[in-house]
Amino acid sequence: MPEYNEFITRIHKVLQPFVKPEIELTEDSELVNELGLTSLQVMTLIEHIEDDLDISVPLNILPDIRTIRDLANALIKLT
Amino acid sequence: MSLFDKFKPIIDIRTELDHIGIMPFGAVTEKLLSPTEAIVNGHKVILAGTNNYLGLTFEPECIAAAKTAIEEQGTGTTGSRMANGTFAEHVKLEQELATYFNKDHSIVFSTGYAATMGMASTLAGDGDVIVLDADSHASLYDGVRLSGAEIIRFRHNDAGDLEKRLRRLGERIDNTLIIVEGIYSMLGDRAPLAEIAAVKRRYGGLLLVDEAHSLGMLGAHGRGVAEEQGVEDDVDFIVGTFSKSLGAIGGYCVSNHPQLEAVRFAIRSYIFTASPSPSVIASTRVALRLLQERPQLRDRLWENADRLYTGLQKLGFRVSPEVSPVVAVTIEDRDQAITWWNRLLQHGAYVNLVMPPASPGDHSLLRCSVSAAHTPEQIDCILDAFAVLENPANPAASGNV
Repeated sequence: MPEYNEFITRIHKVLQPFVKPEIELTEDSELVNELGLTSLQVMTLIEHIEDDLDISVPLNILPDIRTIRDLANALIKLT
Repeated sequence: MSLFDKFKPIIDIRTELDHIGIMPFGAVTEKLLSPTEAIVNGHKVILAGTNNYLGLTFEPECIAAAKTAIEEQGTGTTGSRMANGTFAEHVKLEQELATYFNKDHSIVFSTGYAATMGMASTLAGDGDVIVLDADSHASLYDGVRLSGAEIIRFRHNDAGDLEKRLRRLGERIDNTLIIVEGIYSMLGDRAPLAEIAAVKRRYGGLLLVDEAHSLGMLGAHGRGVAEEQGVEDDVDFIVGTFSKSLGAIGGYCVSNHPQLEAVRFAIRSYIFTASPSPSVIASTRVALRLLQERPQLRDRLWENADRLYTGLQKLGFRVSPEVSPVVAVTIEDRDQAITWWNRLLQHGAYVNLVMPPASPGDHSLLRCSVSAAHTPEQIDCILDAFAVLENPANPAASGNV
């Protein structure tokens, strides 16, 4: 079972192609407001993570995910 | 902060459109000249952006039946199906739909939206799971959100991705509803329903298919993608609409599950709204019969679809993945899509402009749809209008006309 830090690393890896190189990713980075992801990009990001971890992320939890930390915590609950 | 802050993106787009003097959303049809021609925003156009697939909206027999129904039963039922709004004709239409689809049970709704949203919101609930295609219609998304079930989406038309999602559910598959469409409304691509049904057979769950855009178009009897791909027995619920190939308004669900009769009493979009007007039911019943009696309408529809699709392809436009009564041209640049929509109107073709988030992906669409009532010459006129756009030497293409 991956630990929190491992989730953060995995998310950073999957997220990197979606954000400008000069932007530094932190646990507090907000996916939409700060990193500028569109809703379509968020869904694509989630799909990559789902494939990576062999899980399905329910749409129901997405409204509560704003930051990379929120996403990592949600993934911990799902695995 | 105010309640209206969240509407700012919409207000901004409207302001922008006002500034350039084009309002594609809610274009006014001032006069209908036939099922395929009208005056829209002051321009005489060929209608290439309706869902009048079989062209039955002006069918004399449908009109006569609607008139008689109004004269005999009035303009509206004024009540719910659960109260005073079930007339003998509603029941007859339900029986006729069940017979047509070879199913035991059927429910008639007041709109297609009420049918799809109602079934999606009612069949699954707290503790259940809904797995739906990512490109599902807004009415299905609205329904699943209301259901209280856990919602999982799978990649559009990807039976392999669906299989992964079902495998991950384990024992929860017993409480799972799978939702897909027959033909998808925006790009006109059809579901790989045989593959999806095979996955369902392997893992379980119940399967609901929205055939709103495929009724009357596919299969030996026009029953849609499920019939075309030979998997009608694998589909637990078929939902659809009267507002496209049947030329009226309303919706339906058919199923062999006897529990549908109990579900009926739980669907809020069925209970808490007035039932369809007598004239609507009357014209729909005739249209459903004509759909069966006139398979040649289907042939004409596909000939027109092929003519438009291959024509647009030859002109160099980026068209949908497959020939379909819905032919969408993808335009990367939103402003170009708006300008082109307007140029098409000026050159005699009305199509639908679709922009994100209503379009799948990041791009805009000029969504065309054909009708069995279009003549080949009308299809050529639509192509001529597109040809003007594609030729950069023509001043019309630059938006300077």
